[in-house]
Amino acid sequence: MEHRRTLGVAQKITVNLGRSFVLGAALCVAGSLAMAGTMAKLNDAQIAHIAYTAGKIDVEAATLALKMTHNPAVKAFAEEMERDHASVNKHALVLVETLKMKPEDNDTSKALVVAATQKRQELSKLSGAAFDSAYIQNEVTYHQTVNGALEGTLIPDAQNSELKAFLKTGLKLFKEHQMHAERLVNELPRSLAR
Amino acid sequence: MTARAPKAARGAIAICAISLASLAWGAESRIHVIDVDGLAFGPASEVLHVNDIVEWVNQDMFRHTATASDGSFDIDLPTGGKGRTTLRQAGVVSYFCRFHPGMKDRLEVAP
Repeated sequence: MEHRRTLGVAQKITVNLGRSFVLGAALCVAGSLAMAGTMAKLNDAQIAHIAYTAGKIDVEAATLALKMTHNPAVKAFAEEMERDHASVNKHALVLVETLKMKPEDNDTSKALVVAATQKRQELSKLSGAAFDSAYIQNEVTYHQTVNGALEGTLIPDAQNSELKAFLKTGLKLFKEHQMHAERLVNELPRSLAR
Repeated sequence: MTARAPKAARGAIAICAISLASLAWGAESRIHVIDVDGLAFGPASEVLHVNDIVEWVNQDMFRHTATASDGSFDIDLPTGGKGRTTLRQAGVVSYFCRFHPGMKDRLEVAP
């Protein structure tokens, strides 16, 4: 029963991504997080590792964007991603230390890293407006995917109440990021035209 | 200078209004403190008047701004930081965080 519930969430994430503009590596990320729903139930140490890894990946994407972009709006967005995700992860480390929990690497975290590395390589080959557009669109897709996994699997499966509350804060933040990225997707053509 | 206790608190959000020395024309001005936490602005529970000061205190783990939709103020709020604006006009001012579009609130300013 539990397996069927999480499988449904994973399918939903994959379908949502299938409808989006960005395929390739973004689908790999979706697949990685879908795996979180289909594999045996995750323990708290694995959930903490996945959440930390997801944040770290977005910091790395932001670092790349800050090197590549010349667009002020994209730069401001990347700075926000770098700052917010770094802050969440800093607090996550404090939390796991308080809980005496050792985050446990797992197949989902590993697959996330592989997909993100591939995506960064793709983005690195672009420049100018093409880079800006691809980076922001990927940010929309990435946050959608992570939010789906947090809501559908990671938060419901977390057993420790403090970890669960922390993940809920993360979800609230990531939804803000998704909104910001979606707004930027609409604004970007105008800002690029200037 | 007298101090008023916070009127209401919701979770980590606290509001307090502090009476200030009278301004030159004798009207009493107050500072209204709004805590920012959990990706939300605390409510301004006290009645706000022209020449009152609103002070936002960022208790959150993220940097925010308090940015007026009409451009009358744009206050940067680094983590642990605070910033103020003086209310110059009566009316309703909507404001938001430039970084986190879901963070919105409004100030209702009486004459």
